[in-house]
Amino acid sequence: MSDSPLNLSTLRAKLEASGGRTYWRSLEEVADEPDFQEMLQREFPEQASEWGNAFSRRNFLKMMAASLALAGLQGCTKEPQERIVPYVRPPANLVAGRAMHFASAMPLRGVGLGVLVTSREGRPIKIEGNPDHPESLGAANVFMQASILGLYDPDRSQVPIHLGDVSSWSAFQTALAPVIAAKRLNGGAGLRILTQTITSPTLLAQLQTILKEFPEAKWHRYEPMSRDAVHAGASAAFGKRLDPIYHFDKAEVILSLGSDFLFAESGSLRYSRQFVDKRRVRTLGENGRPIDPKTATMNRLYVSECMPSLTGAMADHRLPLKPSEIGLLATAIAKELGASSHEQATTLPASTLTWAKTVARDLMAHRGRALVLVGESQPAEVHSLGYAVNALLGAFDTTITFIEPIDPHPDSSAESLKTLVEDINANKVDTLLMLGSNPVYTAPADLNFLAAVKRVKLRIHLGEASDETAFQCQWHLPETHYLEAWSDVRAFDGTTSIVQPLIAPLYQNKSAHEVLSILSGRPDVSGYEVVRSHWLNMAPTGDFETWWKSALQKGIIEGSASPSQAVKINALPVIAFAAASTGLEILYALDSTVYDGRYANNGWLQELPKPLTHMSWDNAAMLSPRTAEKQGLQSRDVVELTSGGRTFRVAVWVLPGHADDAVTISLGYGRTRAGRVGGTDKYQLGFNANLLRDLQHPQFAGDLQIAKTGKTYKLVVSRTHHTVESRSLSMGIKPEVVAHPENSEKSDNLQNRKLIRVATLAEFQSDPQFAQKMEEEGSGEKAAGGKRVPLPQLFPEIDYSTKSNPAKHKWAMSIDTSSCIGCNACVIACQAENNIPVVGKDQVERGREMHWIRIDTYYAGSLDDPETYFQPLPCMHCENAPCELVCPVEATVHDDEGINNMVYNRCIGTRYCSNNCPYKVRRFNFLQYTDQTTEQYKLMRNPEVTVRSRGVMEKCTFCIQRINNTRIDLETLQVRMEEQIRNSTSSADRAQLQNTLDETARHTLTNLETACQQSCPTQAIIFGDQNVSLSPIALLKQEPLDYSLLEELTTKPRTTYLARLRNPNVELNA
Amino acid sequence: MAQIFHPAFNTLARASIFGSLFIVAGIAWLAYGIQKSPYLTQQGIVRTQPVPFSHEHHSRGLGIDCRYCHTSVEQSSFAGIPPTETCMTCHSKIWTNAEILQPVRTSWQLDKPIAGAGGDKTSAAGWVRVHNLPKFVYFNHSIHVNKGVGCSTCHGEVDKMPLMYQASTLQMEWCLKCHRAPQENLRERSEIFNMSWKPPADQEKRGKDLIELYHIAPAEHLTTCYVCHR
Repeated sequence: MSDSPLNLSTLRAKLEASGGRTYWRSLEEVADEPDFQEMLQREFPEQASEWGNAFSRRNFLKMMAASLALAGLQGCTKEPQERIVPYVRPPANLVAGRAMHFASAMPLRGVGLGVLVTSREGRPIKIEGNPDHPESLGAANVFMQASILGLYDPDRSQVPIHLGDVSSWSAFQTALAPVIAAKRLNGGAGLRILTQTITSPTLLAQLQTILKEFPEAKWHRYEPMSRDAVHAGASAAFGKRLDPIYHFDKAEVILSLGSDFLFAESGSLRYSRQFVDKRRVRTLGENGRPIDPKTATMNRLYVSECMPSLTGAMADHRLPLKPSEIGLLATAIAKELGASSHEQATTLPASTLTWAKTVARDLMAHRGRALVLVGESQPAEVHSLGYAVNALLGAFDTTITFIEPIDPHPDSSAESLKTLVEDINANKVDTLLMLGSNPVYTAPADLNFLAAVKRVKLRIHLGEASDETAFQCQWHLPETHYLEAWSDVRAFDGTTSIVQPLIAPLYQNKSAHEVLSILSGRPDVSGYEVVRSHWLNMAPTGDFETWWKSALQKGIIEGSASPSQAVKINALPVIAFAAASTGLEILYALDSTVYDGRYANNGWLQELPKPLTHMSWDNAAMLSPRTAEKQGLQSRDVVELTSGGRTFRVAVWVLPGHADDAVTISLGYGRTRAGRVGGTDKYQLGFNANLLRDLQHPQFAGDLQIAKTGKTYKLVVSRTHHTVESRSLSMGIKPEVVAHPENSEKSDNLQNRKLIRVATLAEFQSDPQFAQKMEEEGSGEKAAGGKRVPLPQLFPEIDYSTKSNPAKHKWAMSIDTSSCIGCNACVIACQAENNIPVVGKDQVERGREMHWIRIDTYYAGSLDDPETYFQPLPCMHCENAPCELVCPVEATVHDDEGINNMVYNRCIGTRYCSNNCPYKVRRFNFLQYTDQTTEQYKLMRNPEVTVRSRGVMEKCTFCIQRINNTRIDLETLQVRMEEQIRNSTSSADRAQLQNTLDETARHTLTNLETACQQSCPTQAIIFGDQNVSLSPIALLKQEPLDYSLLEELTTKPRTTYLARLRNPNVELNA
Repeated sequence: MAQIFHPAFNTLARASIFGSLFIVAGIAWLAYGIQKSPYLTQQGIVRTQPVPFSHEHHSRGLGIDCRYCHTSVEQSSFAGIPPTETCMTCHSKIWTNAEILQPVRTSWQLDKPIAGAGGDKTSAAGWVRVHNLPKFVYFNHSIHVNKGVGCSTCHGEVDKMPLMYQASTLQMEWCLKCHRAPQENLRERSEIFNMSWKPPADQEKRGKDLIELYHIAPAEHLTTCYVCHR
């Protein structure tokens, strides 16, 4: 894309002038400068297809001649000799060549996420969600899935480091022995242990033992983004520290005050499943039983937030407010409901007050079925107010319950770190043991943690990588990855999981349990013994072995969820809010890919386009179009931010829908010792927002100043890459009008391609066929009286039904745009499953990213507060695929079941197929992207999928490896069982066996999942065999909401979409 | 100007024009031959292994079933290579001092995968893979042996091989020959591990019946790319 400045006010005028609901993907698209046009018509952005290296024409011709000469020999390759290394004693239950699955749990910010790990011959290769776990429910978020790359990260610490030199554990133990001896004498005075949030019952018990052994020692806990405000709010409201658990399955009207409960907050995987389940509208029930659309119901979501989030994107009504105003909105709503008598809310504009009034009315009308959530970034007072409102709404024990926090540390995170630094500065600390945290990087700037830590005499750091903190310590100890060590962890609702390792430590790493064992003088005790012996005492009476095995197998300890606590509001909270600041505010957020920086060295996460912005490899200061105009800023300008007397340079990005007069910046970037991917002292990615943060305002601050520097910074945003061209644009009519019944006539005239189809619930109920009626003149299938009539076509009609062959499958996919929350889980799932390489920032800029599925994000409406729509786009597997016709070597062909095959070994890299794909879903290996030399990565790859090399086209295969393996298992079973049936003498047995076989076949075919489908938290993606009658996919294809993309091209895609339904409040729409 | 070429060159020119056809044909024949040759396909070549294991002795001589060692052949893509433990079930009792079995005993004692005696290439861990397909081919044993393709159809009469070699070319053409017309090679499931099975006279008819019985997909499916490549 060009860097020519966009005139934001012109864009706004353009959008307003177009009238109705206008629909756009990026600011560049609205601006529609000539270079955007050019990009649309190109298959890849400019120069994507050119070789970046200096390489002369002469050399190129030489290479060409050589390749031509050698091409003939290519067919004569001799397979290199390979060795098969057998086991000495085979592991139990292992069948070579078949995957095994083990349940475990991943800690993230101390919260356990249940995982199901696929292991091939002892190597973990893929992470899925554990269906039995209360949060993951079978789904897996991006962090869980990308953690497999973390295990095989070659930059992980491999040996203990002492003063920068390679050392050993025995040397460490020798060095530590006199220190421990001395500490035993003085009761541990001067010993401090700093950790992240810990919920592991075993580790907590170990810590307690150590604190008992060394009564003068202290334990500190620091988390860069904590849930402290949530707990403090509960303390104020109920008199005790509590954690709320939400029950979206009972909530019909939901108000979120800055809470991103669909993605960022603890419990989000469960919450998003429950939330979407309550707004899924179908006209066909489980067995094809029709459901009257008139009876369809949806929950309603109101969101007020500063930075557009995934939750905001799903909102039926969204109100962008800067962080301090959200508290005021809360008071306004509380006042409306009679929960507060504050008058401060009146400082809000009248339109906001009307919004508050309407929302309050709607909440009250759904008393007992309403829920108010307050985001982690809001101060404790707003949380207490939120609890008071929930009490009034009758939410307690229905939509919200409370448990004791799983994080038992009584102090707030900021308080705890501050005390530590004060103690250090008062020379009270001589030995500091840091377990798995990186405070030198994550601590707020005003604390000056770096200077403090250097004053400690003995500094020991246990961590997975030699990070910023490790660099400041005499001893850096390599920590195990969670897939390498025994541990335990508690889920958001208190459910405990045993973390069982999938592989022995790859290097000389030890877990926190083992390091604490060293500290308590038992260096030879293994992590397994520590964890097991803890549970030997804790397990219920009965056979321990059975209990232990069942806990490991299920991945959770049954019945270990925290009991809900009865609560009573002490009194209406007295809240003294400072009036909303008049100036600019800055909001800090966890990054949606690298989190607080802990995943900075993870290439999958770095390259993942962040939701909504589609930015990769960087963070930036997000601001609204209006604020940008006011400050005279453009995206990519570098500004100097000043807050609390500190200054900090950062690039800005203009984000539609962001609150005015506020700036949001995510943590986790600007790391100087993350590794070769995430940043070293030589080069950094993005900007370190911790340099601006202060201890008093870890979430947001109100005294921000912005100064232009006149410089720009290269930010890579893939939002406009692979834009599906719409006819309206090519015909010079723009911007596009969203497909919506209210302007369907108009949009027909505009002849645009309705990629996204939206209606309100009421509109759907009055016309369930609306999505199909929006189909193009001359489109492939046209609804006529509720029945679709195929249009004539030149292609021969191919029969994919079971008529000719009863075993024929018709694989198809359905993606529900109403359910998709845009969380990117499918993108990483696909990357892990299909060995998709990372290409790097420079290559992403050229549009060469390799993800097989992308999440197109569309906006509708105004520049300042648009509606957001997500559309995951894998290969459509067109029955009449345009790509196949143009391949000169038949490297992409159709199979008899309608799957568009991509044959790597035939591909010669002409890229004609990609040029001819209207959906732009094909990806080309311009360079040798796959790292084929690093040993660790070889362990990680899925052996069921070819590793592609340079010059080869690739794309979504519908996870053909999963289809084939399932098919093979099923057909094998069928042959064996039929033999049994033939050999059986009793007819009753025969009938029963036949019945079992039919059931199993049906079950297997309907449970075959693609990687993207398996990971999806909201079950928005459904894949299956359309020929199995009444299977979920067969039913979805008959839904009136079902539509195809660009169907007028008669491509007959096998992947179709379900139109988006919204449930707005008519009172607010007026 | 004097004539440069002697008239006899005319004959030479004609001969070489005529001859060039043979040269082109010859090169094509040579390329075809090389491509089919054991040099490239490795067909029929015995590999040096850590232990000179004889299938002839164990299978034909002792009558040990294929699945005693290749345990996963009916359930997995990979037929399985026996762990040292399998060898030691017998060889801890018999031939306990045989020199050629030293690598097996060493492996058992040191708990290290079986490896050559050392000193040369064979000292690397593991057996040399005899049937080595390109990495973009995903062959699955279980579906073949469960649906009537016997061991000997692809591997030849292994029980007559003192040292293991590859009986077929393993080229795609060879795979497709059967995928296009499986009836030529199908046998009853009870005959799968019979090394000396030969197609009976009425194989064509029997094969077609077995296609019905075992629900073998039609050639239009068996010859699609994604059946083997992914």
